Formats: sequence, structure tokens, C-alpha cells
Amino acid sequence: MAVSDQLAALNRCPVHFTKKLSGPVYAAGIEVLQLNVGKRCNLFCRHCHVEAGDKRKEIMSAETLDMCLEVIRANDNISVIDITGGAPEMNPGVKEFIEKATKLGTRLIVRSNLAILAEQEYSEFIDIYAQNKVEIVASLPDCDENRANRQRGKGFFAKFIQAAKILNEKGYAKEKSDLVINLVHNPLGAYLPANQKSLEQNYKLILKNKYDIDFNSLFCINNMPVGRYLDFLLTSGNYDEYMYELLQAFNPTALENVMCRTMVSVAWNGRLFDCDFNQMLNMPVSSRYSDHISSFDMEKLSGRPIVLHNHCYGCTAGAGSSCQGALE
Amino acid sequence: MASNYYEPEDLADFSNITEYAQDQGAKFFDYYGVSTSAGRLSEREKTLIALTVAMTQNCPYCIDAYTNKCLSLGISEDEMMEAVHVGASIMAGITLVHSTQMRKIIRKKSM
Ligand code: SF4
Ligand code: SF4
Repeated sequence: MAVSDQLAALNRCPVHFTKKLSGPVYAAGIEVLQLNVGKRCNLFCRHCHVEAGDKRKEIMSAETLDMCLEVIRANDNISVIDITGGAPEMNPGVKEFIEKATKLGTRLIVRSNLAILAEQEYSEFIDIYAQNKVEIVASLPDCDENRANRQRGKGFFAKFIQAAKILNEKGYAKEKSDLVINLVHNPLGAYLPANQKSLEQNYKLILKNKYDIDFNSLFCINNMPVGRYLDFLLTSGNYDEYMYELLQAFNPTALENVMCRTMVSVAWNGRLFDCDFNQMLNMPVSSRYSDHISSFDMEKLSGRPIVLHNHCYGCTAGAGSSCQGALE
Repeated sequence: MASNYYEPEDLADFSNITEYAQDQGAKFFDYYGVSTSAGRLSEREKTLIALTVAMTQNCPYCIDAYTNKCLSLGISEDEMMEAVHVGASIMAGITLVHSTQMRKIIRKKSM
């Protein structure tokens, strides 16, 4: 969907997000550097806010990856590197980046769809992740094959299970192991997820009993009205109702903890954003606070005002939502 | 008066039923909260029961609320439909079992 159409749709929301606030929201330091290493992906999920797919050409260059590494090296308070995409594995520079980043000792998270690890060409990442103690975050919208495939495409579920089994064999989510794999649940339609703990119990029960798969925690993430999911909301006639639901569920406490307050998100071309959603809506950090990884200014960025729009209701609805799941 | 007896937006008014009778309303919400949240039965089981009652009582508000809650909990369409059939068959049974009264009267009154 064109960015202008997305913004036009978001503008239709009856109460602008900023009207719910007493003033601007400012960052409170930077602990997480999130890198969107490219929009290329082996999957073509129906809710994807990145609108990723195998035809996408936007890939973070080795040079930009190096600049990110430099920023992390120079700034001790960045304690988490969070790699996302697309499928991060499809960026040819990511392997080397992981190896170099591990040497810095910074906690490293990769958001993988797992299905890609079942493909011969990318299976080496299983060992790369395990050897470098990469924390894996993997989306599984439902424990039922048909329902999961409905969102993430035919054949997804079987590959996911295949890769998860191998990761368990390597030690992921096993007792006394420091290898962590967390799963993400996001709803399969125009509604909000239920309580995270309750869904986690259910996931653990089904995945263990039916597939003998272990994982550490389940994160529930609201679907954000951005990209393909916004398109789905509009074409299915659910947009107004969904936005109303988000608006009704606005939780000011969740606002305190929204992820953009402690994160900077780097786009494939090095531009800086408050989060991955702002990337897709082309709403960058103002150049006054530095807007490119090549001019990263920790001091200025640490107190920058966050660029907000009506998609932000997705982060503040109910228990709140972030890349690490519910905020409460 | 609204054009329909049931307006979808009115569901949001549920929390205001305490109006004019605060004490009773507040006590109802305490009771409602405790009864519908997880106990010996899981949240999923209780939500399916609530959905089934909503269906049998033809309450559009509760059907809306509990269908959405089932979806949020990851309850599948076939699980929901099975629950509806439990409600439908029990309702059918309740109707049919009352034919006992009818048949007793028929037997007594007929020559
Ligand atoms: S949601 Fe993730 S796995 Fe699916 S298409 Fe988008 S980037 Fe790829
Ligand atoms: S969507 Fe809005 S509130 Fe959420 S992380 Fe991005 S900028 Fe912050």
C-alpha cells in the first residue's frame, strides 16, 4: 500500500492519538538498537506491516551494517541489538554481523520466521545462532496448522515445526541451557489478543503434547494498522471497528513503556526511526536529533520527541504491545 | 429512540449498568468478574460456556463480545461451532423433555 494511502486511512481515525496525550512523548535513553536489515522475505504474510516478500530489493548494505556496529561499540548503554526484516537470513551480510556483534558482548536478538531455517540454503543459520547464543524470536500466530498457514502461507507450519525441533535439539529452550527462543502470537484477524499468560499456557500445552516442542516465553503482539494488515482492515470493512477497539482500549500506563522510548530503529538504508512501524509509514526522526546511522548522536537521540500518529494506538491498547509482547 | 432496539455501540454501555443502583451494579460486576475468569475451569472453557449461553439466550451483545473473546483466546472456529451445537442440542432437549407435561395432560384428558 502506498504510504500516502496508509496515512490517509490513519487520518480517518476519529480522535488523533496526540489528543489523548498531555504533551509530547520523549525518548528516555537508548537501550535497544533495532536494525531492519531488509524487506526481502521467503514468506508473504497477510498481516505483514513491512509488506515483505521475495521480490523486495531493499537490503541493508555491509557498509551500513558496519556503521551500526560502530555505533554499538561506541555507546555502552546500547545493551540490546534487535535484528529484524524481512527475513534477516536473506541479507548476505548478517552472518558476519552476528559474529562481530557477539564479540562485543551485547545481547543479540534475531526475529526469524523459522520456516527459512528449514531450507537447505539457510540451514547454516541454526548453528550460527546457537554458537553465537543469539536469542531467537519467532512468530507463530496459532498452534493449528491450517490457521497458522492461513496467515503465513501454505507450508509454513510444517517448516516452522521442523526448524523448532532442530533448535530444541541444539539446546534452545532446554533446561540449564542459555539458548533462548521466544514465540510471538498475533491475532489471525481484526481483533486483539487475549491475556499473554493464558495464551502462553495453551501454546506450551499444545506444542509440547502434539509436537514435543519447547520454547521460553510467548509474546502477544497487537497487529498494527500498517502495511498489509491495514490493507486487510480496509478491504474487509473492519478498519473503523478495529480503530475504535484500539481507541477504546487506550491505556495511558502502557504509554510509559512503549518501546520507542528506549529504542532507535535503523532502516535498510541507514535512516533512523522511532520504530519499525514509523519506518514503513516513512515518518523518520527529525534531522535535528540525527536521522542517519552515519550521524548517530546518542545525546540528542536519547531525549528526542517521538513521532506519533494513529497507528500508535496499537501500542497502547489494553495491556500494551511491543516487540517483547504485552507491556504489563 | 434509535432506529434499532439493538445498537452495536450499546455494548460499550454495559459498564454503565451500575447507574441508578451503584451497590447492586458493583456487586454484579465483582460476581461477573470472578465467575468468568479462570478458576478450576480455564478461561477458554469458561469463555466457550459464555458463548454458548449467549447463543441460547439470543443476546447479540454477548454473542459479539464472546465470539471476539474466543478469537482472541485462539479458540478455533470448529471448537466454537461445537459449543454452539451443545447449546442447540440442550435447548432442543429442554423443549422435547417438556413434552412430558404435554403428553401427561393428553393421557389424562383423553378418552
Ligand atoms: S511478517 Fe515477517 S515472515 Fe511474514 S512476510 Fe513479513 S517479514 Fe516475512
Ligand atoms: S507505533 Fe508509535 S507508540 Fe508504538 S513504538 Fe512506534 S512510535 Fe512508539
